[in-house]
Amino acid sequence: MSFFFEVLIGGLLSGVMYSLVALGFVLIYKASGVFNFAQGAMVFFAALTYVGLLERGLVWWVAIPATLVAMTLLALATERVVLRPLVNQPQITLFMATIGLTFFIEGLAQMMWGANVRGLELGLQDEPIAWVTDTTGMNVSKFDLAAAAVAAFLVTVLALFFSRTRIGRALRAVADDHQAALAVGIPLQQIWAIVWCVAGAVALVAGLLWGARNGVQFALTFVALKALPVLILGGFDSVPGAIVGGLIIGATEKLAEVYFGPFVGGGIEGWFPYVLALAFLLIRPEGLFGEKIIRRI
Amino acid sequence: MSIAARRIGDVILKLDNISLAFGGVKALTDISFDVREHEVRAIIGPNGAGKSSMLNVINGVYRPQHGTINFRGKERRDMDTHEAAENGIARTFQNIALFRGMSVLDNVMTGRNLRMKASFIEQAIWVGRARREELENRRRVEEVIDFLEIQHIRKTPVGRLPYGLQKRVELARALAAEPSMLLLDEPMAGMNVEEKQDMCRFVLDVNEQYGTTIVLIEHDMGVVMDISDRVVVLDYGKKIADGTPAEIRANQAVIDAYLGVAH
Amino acid sequence: MIYREAGQFKSSYAADAAIFPIRQDRIGMAIVLVIAFVGAPLLATPYMLTGILIPFLILALAALGLNILTGYAGQLSLGTAAFMAVGAFASYNLMLRVPGMPVLVAFVGGGVVAALVGVVFGLPSLRIRGFYLAVATLAAQFFIIWFLTKVGWVSNYSSSGVITAQQVVIFGYAFTTPEAKYLLVLSIVAVLALAAKNMARGNIGRSWMAVRDMDVAAEVIGIRLMRAKLLAFAVSSFYCGVAGALFAYAYLGTVEPEAFSLDLSFRVLFMVIIGGMGTVVGAFLGSAFVTLLPVVLSVSVRLLDRSLGLGIAESTISNLELMVFGGLIIFFLIVEPHGLARLWQIGKEKLRLWPFPH
Repeated sequence: MSFFFEVLIGGLLSGVMYSLVALGFVLIYKASGVFNFAQGAMVFFAALTYVGLLERGLVWWVAIPATLVAMTLLALATERVVLRPLVNQPQITLFMATIGLTFFIEGLAQMMWGANVRGLELGLQDEPIAWVTDTTGMNVSKFDLAAAAVAAFLVTVLALFFSRTRIGRALRAVADDHQAALAVGIPLQQIWAIVWCVAGAVALVAGLLWGARNGVQFALTFVALKALPVLILGGFDSVPGAIVGGLIIGATEKLAEVYFGPFVGGGIEGWFPYVLALAFLLIRPEGLFGEKIIRRI
Repeated sequence: MSIAARRIGDVILKLDNISLAFGGVKALTDISFDVREHEVRAIIGPNGAGKSSMLNVINGVYRPQHGTINFRGKERRDMDTHEAAENGIARTFQNIALFRGMSVLDNVMTGRNLRMKASFIEQAIWVGRARREELENRRRVEEVIDFLEIQHIRKTPVGRLPYGLQKRVELARALAAEPSMLLLDEPMAGMNVEEKQDMCRFVLDVNEQYGTTIVLIEHDMGVVMDISDRVVVLDYGKKIADGTPAEIRANQAVIDAYLGVAH
Repeated sequence: MIYREAGQFKSSYAADAAIFPIRQDRIGMAIVLVIAFVGAPLLATPYMLTGILIPFLILALAALGLNILTGYAGQLSLGTAAFMAVGAFASYNLMLRVPGMPVLVAFVGGGVVAALVGVVFGLPSLRIRGFYLAVATLAAQFFIIWFLTKVGWVSNYSSSGVITAQQVVIFGYAFTTPEAKYLLVLSIVAVLALAAKNMARGNIGRSWMAVRDMDVAAEVIGIRLMRAKLLAFAVSSFYCGVAGALFAYAYLGTVEPEAFSLDLSFRVLFMVIIGGMGTVVGAFLGSAFVTLLPVVLSVSVRLLDRSLGLGIAESTISNLELMVFGGLIIFFLIVEPHGLARLWQIGKEKLRLWPFPH
C-alpha cells in the first residue's frame, strides 16, 4: 500500500513540474488569447542559456539575471516581430505562428550554445528525505518537494496579480478582444510585452527545475507537449486549473505506467495523458476550470 | 393590390407554450402562435425580446425546455435542424452567416446541398450522376442569382462584399433551397431606403411567385405594416399582441412597449 | 499579352466549372505533365529521382491529405505521420499475409485501413474543435506509433518494429529502377490529386468548407456535420495512408514506426501552411518548398563556407534550417496567410496585365 502512495506522491510532484510549464501557457493565453506552442522552446532556451552562461564562467547569481534579460529580449522581439503584425488574426493563425516560433527558438538556442546534453546543478539533490523514509517507509524526493513549493508560490502570486491589479484587468480585456481593448486605450503592445516577459520568467524557473531533473537537452521541448493535456484538464485560462491539471496528469501517468504498463510492454507514459485528456474533453470540452463558451447565433 | 389577393392557406406551423431559458436568463416564456401557409408573418418587438430565439427554436438551433412545435401536422418537443432543412425551412441570420472562405456562387450552391445525392466517390471521379447533378443545380442557382440581381459578383469571395450585398447573397442561399417556409432575421438591417425597397420587392416576389411562407423579424415599421399579413409582438420573452397590422398599430400594450406615440 | 482571357467565352456551365477554364492554363498544365512524365525520367539523375522528386511527390500526397482535413474542413490535425504509418504497415501486412495480393490493391487496402483508423480518432471532432482537436490528434500520433512498435504481430515480430517492404511487381513487371518507382509514384499521386480537385469543387468540398467557416449555418442548410467531419477524416487519412505505403514501398524500402514521428507530422503541416491551406496546388508548392529548402540551404551555406573559409559546422546548418523554417512560417502567416498558392494566383493576375502596369 505504501508503494502505491509512493508512486502517487512521486506522480503528484512530477505533475507539479508539468504545471510550471502549463502556467506559462495559461499566462499568455489569459492575457493575449494566443496559445503559445513555443512555451516549451522557451523553457529549453532559458535552461540552455543559463548553463551556457555558467560554462562561459559567470557565477550563478549573475547568470540568472542575465538569463532573465535574455528571456526579456526574446519576449520583446517576439512581440514586435510575430505578434504585432498578427493583431486580430484568427486564433489558429496565431497558434501556427507560435509553432514556427518554436522551431526558430530551438534552432537559435542550439546555434548559440551548442547541442550537447548538459547537467544543471541547483544544489538540491534528487534524494529521498531521510525522516520521511524513516517514518513512513516511502521515498519522497527532496528536489520534487522544493519544486512543488516554488510552483505553489508562483501560482499564488500570479493568481493574485490577475484578479487584483489593474494590469491584470487590462490583460483579461486584451485576451477577450484585441481591437476592443485597443479601442478603449489599453496599450496592447506594452501589455503583450509585459506578459511575454513574465511568461519568460516562468519559463526560466521551469527550465532550471526541469534541467536539473532531466538534464538540459533537446528533449526538453517535448515537455511542453505534455503540458497540453494539463491545460485541457485545467482549462486554458485558469491558473489554479494549471496546478490541478498538472497534479492529475502527473499522478495518473505514473500510476498507469506502474500498474498497467507491465501488461502491455511499458511506455504508456508517452500517450496516456493525451488519451486521458481526450476522454475528458468528450465529457467536458472546456476543462475543469475553463469558461464555458456560449456562442450567439 | 396583390397583397390582399394572396391566397392564404391553413396553419402549417403551430407553437404552443414555448419556453426557452439559458441558465437563469428566460429568453421566451409561454409563447404560442401559429403561421398559415403562404402568408407573411412578422415578429416585432424591442431588442432582447426574444425574436431571434424564436426563429432559432423554429428551425432547431435552440431546443426549448417546454412547449410543443407542430409543423405540417407532426407534433414534436423540439425541431431537429436537419429535419427542418429537409422539410423546406430555410433562414437568414441577423449577423450574416455566410461562408467567408467561398465565393458568392459557392455559397449559394451550398443551399442546394440537400438535393445532391451523388456520393463523394462519384464526385471524385466527376462522371455520370455527380457531374449531371452539379450542372443541373448550377442552372437552378443561376436562376436565383438572376432573380436577386447578383450576377456581377458571382465569383467574388463574400468577405469582400459590402454589407447590403452580403445580405442579398444570404437570401439567395436560402432561396436556392426552394424552401416552403423562409425565416428572415432582420433582412433589411443596415440598409438605406433604396436597398430596403429592393429587398421588400424580392421578399414579396418570392412570396407571390413561389408561394413561400415568410416569417420575418423586422424593426422598420413601415416595412412591417406594408407587407405583412399578420404580426406577433414580443416583449421580454412574452407575447403581448397578435393580429393584423391595423390591430397591432392600435394596440395600447404594443404602443407602450415598442411603437411609442408620434410627437 | 500572352496570358489573356479575351475571346474565351464560356457557353456552358460545364465549361465554366472546368478545372482549367483558361486555355493558357490548360496548355501550361499539359507542359507540366509532359515534363513530369517524360522529361524527368529521361533527364534527371537517379539521385534527383530517388532523393528529391520521389519524396517530394509522396509528401505532396500526404500534404493533400492534410489539406483536405485542415485546409478544407478546418479540423486541425497533428497526427498526419501516424496515419501514414498505418497505411505503410497495413499494406505490408496485406502483402505478407494474403497470398497473391496485387500491390496496388495492397496500397488501396492500406489507405482504407488508415481511413478507418482516421474515423475512430476523428470521432472527438464531433464534440471538440480548434486546438483541443489538435491535442486529440496528438493522442492518435503517440498512441499509434506506440502501438505499432509494441504489438509484434504488426511488424511480423521483428525487433523494434522494423519492416522491409516487398518488391513492387505489377502484371509481372518489377519496379526496381529509380525511373520505374518515380513513374509509379507520379501516376498514383496524379490520379489522387485529380480526385482531390474534383472533390474540392464538388458538393463535398463545399460542405467541408461550410463546416470550416461556420458550422452552425452549415447545419441549418442541412449539411450533416458528423458525416462531413468524419468523411474528411476518412478521406484525409486514406490519402495519408497511401502516402505512407508509398513512403515504405517506393522510397525508403525499410521502415520503422519511429520514422513516422511527430516531426514528420509537423513537416507536412508546414507544407500545408506555406503552400496554402484549402488548395490542391498548395500541397505541391508546399512540398516542393519544404523538400528543397534543406538542399538549397546546405548547398548555399557550404558554398559560402568554402568561398569565405568560415568553417561552418554541420550542426549549424541543421540549426539554421530550423530557424529558417520557423522564420518562414511566421513570415508567410504575416505576409500571405494563404501561402504560396495565393502568391501564385497574384502572379498570374499580374501576368494577365503584362506588359501593362495596370
